[in-house]
Amino acid sequence: MGIEEKLPAGILLTSVEMLSNWARKSSFWGATFGLACCAIEMMAAGGPHYDLGRWGMEVFRASPRQADLMIVAGRVSQKMAPVVRQIYDQMPEPRSVISMGVCASSGGMFNNYAIVQGVDHIVPVDIYLPGCPPRPEMLIDAILKMREKVMATPLGPNGRKMLEARKAAGKMPIVAPGAMPSSYRVDKTRRAEWTQAVKEGREEQLRIENWMKLQPHLREK
Amino acid sequence: MSIESTGGVPVNAEPVGADIDAPAQVPPNPQKGMFGITGTGDVSGFGGLVRRTPDVVGTPKPYGGYFDEVTDALEEAYPLFADAIEKVVVDRDELTLHVKPERIAEVAQIMRDDESLRFELCSSVSGVDYLNSDARRLHVTYHLTSMTYRRRVRLEVAVPVDGAVPSVTSVYPTADWQERETYDMFGVIFTGHPNLTRILMPDDWEGHPQRKDYPLGGVPVEYKGAEIPPPDQRRVYQ
Repeated sequence: MGIEEKLPAGILLTSVEMLSNWARKSSFWGATFGLACCAIEMMAAGGPHYDLGRWGMEVFRASPRQADLMIVAGRVSQKMAPVVRQIYDQMPEPRSVISMGVCASSGGMFNNYAIVQGVDHIVPVDIYLPGCPPRPEMLIDAILKMREKVMATPLGPNGRKMLEARKAAGKMPIVAPGAMPSSYRVDKTRRAEWTQAVKEGREEQLRIENWMKLQPHLREK
Repeated sequence: MSIESTGGVPVNAEPVGADIDAPAQVPPNPQKGMFGITGTGDVSGFGGLVRRTPDVVGTPKPYGGYFDEVTDALEEAYPLFADAIEKVVVDRDELTLHVKPERIAEVAQIMRDDESLRFELCSSVSGVDYLNSDARRLHVTYHLTSMTYRRRVRLEVAVPVDGAVPSVTSVYPTADWQERETYDMFGVIFTGHPNLTRILMPDDWEGHPQRKDYPLGGVPVEYKGAEIPPPDQRRVYQ
């Protein structure tokens, strides 16, 4: 696509960037890499109850050449590792990877010679999704965070220059795209709370405090 | 350290179980006994339950049930029975024939073809590693099932490390991949096998993982504020 090189940095590029990113996020085509038990939860997420078709993802093409999101669902054995890499290499840019489940993220419960301790030893991962297996709602949450990240991607070399300029000028958003927990994202006040906490560097503390408020034996009398 | 200063409780000068020897480094001592923190301090169970293994002895003649029929039929059909079968063991309602490695293909052929035996189905071919038993520490077990007579029998073959066993794929084609798995996991070489390559591990893997002296291969895991060692290196400390 030559258009991204030709557009000068500025308002035109920003609009095209937004349009292009919106188009990409609205029709994510997943390449399933359903390896083990997490694949069942991925299938459940694609089924009618936890419908991935709400976000245009009900179709998972088996061919990586037509996919832009690879969900590595399940444990990757030493023998399967070169295959994962080959499928990733066959995906055209722009591509992203969600490592679904603890086995793909870090080896999970299988801390031994046969399982690769985290698929990030093989491919670069954008979103790590813990769980054994993660519920379909958790997978949907990960996909939504991935969409947020995609919306913030720069388009072409000029787009990257604009991003650098924004970084240098300190105009980056306080919370990185895809980094806000969904339980805080849904509510305006909680969103503001989280953003404030990130500014001060105490978001984990805020989480713990809010959790303590819900525990009957920890509430301050 | 007087008794009074420790509150009346006698305290060892050296803490028990605080050494870091991994199970693979400490040779298992047959006199040691059950789990516990005496010795290496390994409570994960990966050090293995160490107990005295009694010697396997052959069972005396009336075996009970269909076992007599099977062994009599085999003796009738196979003239070299006394030479090939090392011992016959009946334990917990299961018949095991310990066969000499060189003869296993012939015995399997007779077991499949003879009219009164007819063990058509090779249910499983697997390996066992009896570490610290004797020179022939790797055993290959063949589980045979007879559909016509509804019987099961086990043939067991003992070889030393890097020993060779004739392949039974000419008799039971289903043993093809099962023998590949036994080769991959234990290192038993099957002569006459059409394609003896690794099946579970990558082709260039070194070592045979299911042998008892092969390490678990775990890595320590870092959490927020803690680093947990792999399961076989976790210790209890006092």
